[in-house]
Amino acid sequence: MSANNKEELNKLAAGSQTKHSSSTSDDTAQQQQPAPPPPSTQPKQIPAKPSPPSATAAASAATTTTPPKPSLASSPAKTQPEPPPFEKGLVEQLKNKFGDIVKVVFIKPLRIKIQVEPQDIVGVASFLRDSMGFDHAESVAGTDYPKDNQIEVVYHLGSYSREELAAHILWLTARTNKDDARLPTLINIYKSVEYHERECYEMLGVYFEGHPRNERFLLPEDWADIPPLRKDFRIKGR
Amino acid sequence: MKKELLSPTNFNVLASKLSDVLVKVLDSPLGYAINWGRIWSLWPVHLETACCSVEFGAASGPRYDVERFGIIEAFGSLRQCDLIVVQGTVTRKMAPRLRMVYDQMPEPKYVIAMGACAITGGLYIDSYNVLPGVDGIVPVDVYVPGCPPRPETLIQGCMLLQEKIKRSKIR
Amino acid sequence: MTSIEEKFEESKRLGLQIVKESEEDRLMTLSVGPQHPGSGHFRFVIKVDGDYIVYCDPDPGYVHRGEEKMCEYRNVIQNIPHLERPVIHDSANITYSYSLAVEELVGIEVPRRGQFIRAIASELNRQVYTLYWLAIYGIFLGHSTMFMWPTGDREVIIDLLEALTGARVTHAYNIPGGVRNDMPEGFRDRCLSQIRYLQKRFKEYEDIFYNNPLFRQRTEGVAVLSKEDAIKLGVTGSVVRASSVPFDVRKAEPYDIYNEIDFKVQYMKTGDCFARSYVPLLDMQESCYIIEQLLDKMPASGEVRAKLQPNPKGPPGESYRRVESGRGALGYYIVSDGTPKPYRVKISVGSFRNMLALPYLLVGQRLADMPAVYWSLNYWPVEADR
Repeated sequence: MSANNKEELNKLAAGSQTKHSSSTSDDTAQQQQPAPPPPSTQPKQIPAKPSPPSATAAASAATTTTPPKPSLASSPAKTQPEPPPFEKGLVEQLKNKFGDIVKVVFIKPLRIKIQVEPQDIVGVASFLRDSMGFDHAESVAGTDYPKDNQIEVVYHLGSYSREELAAHILWLTARTNKDDARLPTLINIYKSVEYHERECYEMLGVYFEGHPRNERFLLPEDWADIPPLRKDFRIKGR
Repeated sequence: MKKELLSPTNFNVLASKLSDVLVKVLDSPLGYAINWGRIWSLWPVHLETACCSVEFGAASGPRYDVERFGIIEAFGSLRQCDLIVVQGTVTRKMAPRLRMVYDQMPEPKYVIAMGACAITGGLYIDSYNVLPGVDGIVPVDVYVPGCPPRPETLIQGCMLLQEKIKRSKIR
Repeated sequence: MTSIEEKFEESKRLGLQIVKESEEDRLMTLSVGPQHPGSGHFRFVIKVDGDYIVYCDPDPGYVHRGEEKMCEYRNVIQNIPHLERPVIHDSANITYSYSLAVEELVGIEVPRRGQFIRAIASELNRQVYTLYWLAIYGIFLGHSTMFMWPTGDREVIIDLLEALTGARVTHAYNIPGGVRNDMPEGFRDRCLSQIRYLQKRFKEYEDIFYNNPLFRQRTEGVAVLSKEDAIKLGVTGSVVRASSVPFDVRKAEPYDIYNEIDFKVQYMKTGDCFARSYVPLLDMQESCYIIEQLLDKMPASGEVRAKLQPNPKGPPGESYRRVESGRGALGYYIVSDGTPKPYRVKISVGSFRNMLALPYLLVGQRLADMPAVYWSLNYWPVEADR
């Protein structure tokens, strides 16, 4: 049984990798698909420069501290936030490799949020694991944005093997259209996302292409409603 | 006449009548003895439904020691058990299993609903996956309120159940 | 009575097919739980070949109460009581990281004395949790004394916490902005004497439980999780520390006043069941030293709680903060859209991450080792289901 699973997994892994390599060549063809709305309508997709323009990051960015182990005592700085040098270095490493594929949403002390298109996520994730040392995923969280008709999936990536990265969490996010929510799975890169992605599938209805088991996990077997963490699912009486 | 009376069918009827009379005569002392046996050996099923199991564990611990009141520590095999303590929230996934466990237990069996969630749904009344109380699934004998109930409250609930058994008539 | 050979002959004569025993037939599928002394609120389906486990599939969700959805209907303060229910015996820690995340979003600074008391409550709660875990481990291995001792010693810390917070297990004490109320009079001396008592008891635990040859035989060398696998699976807390990864959120990403505290990250190198069950005890001993330091360094007086607005809210934003709980890193991912109610709350718990290691560790083990392996993962099903 388990052997069969592993074989399937390997096959799937090979399939997804080939798909990824082909997708880079067919980049233009994929971009013409109408699935993602134009980025100008989305409030959080714009920032490509390191200083975050949205109120999001400005509010909660802490004061600058020394990079290896800064204390996270949150004192809200209303001034222009200066991204800490270590985090900036990490982002520059990503920027040099991928260029405009990686959009930096914000850089805060110990927290970096980057956004990629769904077809690029496998490539970026394997670079993060192999060259930058983010070796496991802490959680996978999906958020429903009905205004943009999109679902955002956040991978919180952490590191055990690189000591200077132990305090850092990198948020790798991708947005997918809500009507046909599909994302390539990261299970071949991060084994630790297996149950998290399965949970995300049943709670938000995001189908992870290549995941061996997109099926029921926490909800009862006879669940016959829309995924509960979508915003159009309302609790009765509320 | 004598022959008719001793025919097999009539003899059976007679014997059953006689046994009815016997039970009526012996009812109160025998019932008392049987109930006494049931009171001091209540075996709870080891079925934890949610977080109240922590306080159930504390009640079996050395400080509260529910065993001195005749409630024996939670036990694995439900074929030997006659008490379910529904320890907290019952979700939609757990509900069929709870009923299954209840059906497999031998008669007589008693149910204690422990915690606010088991009584009405408690804090989770508006959750999409939680039942508003276990009354709809199993017949409840004693309700023990609290979120979670202190072990003393649970012990009082068990003593109320014993009081109830003492007064009930055996069939 | 015809013999089996005759039956086969007859079936041949009738043209029936004799089914040969296949590989699949040899395996037996067992469903362990949810009514099972070695499982609790959790079920896993295993396949056994003889008494070797060849396949394991966890089936959680029996206590899935939809916490994350409920959070979207309440404001940040109303959320506290139901958010601590998943681990009622570690409730100070699970509200700790929630408070940190909310403070980052709203922009509150906690007074220094409040930070100390918060840390003391969380360390005491870590001991309450770990002692309960140890007690259940005793039950799983049929060691009744190990159930009775920690359950009894747990009560003395529960008394301490009751004096501090006013409730036995569900404190709702660590809240955004600090703690709910100040320490009672004479708490320091009482706390110190109880800590001394516990430190004495830990030695007795080692004698009766950890040095017990039966316990050693059941756990040493069983279900080894190598360092590479532990990192790959992303397990956390005592499980990853037993596999020689010295990761502790208190050290790696010190929150509140933990960067002023001097302590070691306890870890072991073997990665077997024994290491996974011994690391929590080392953690408790380390936690005793931390509490002593916290009590010494605490400012004598001052505010314990920052004033909040009636409906605390901040500008739109996101935060992810974690603390080291009894089961490992416990993180809250909160998205706020500027209203008092959070837009999305995701609880990343250690139990859910440690569950991934269960199928990997159980495959290849004997059925009798199943309880020892399962509970050594420091897994609390209610928390994993949320």
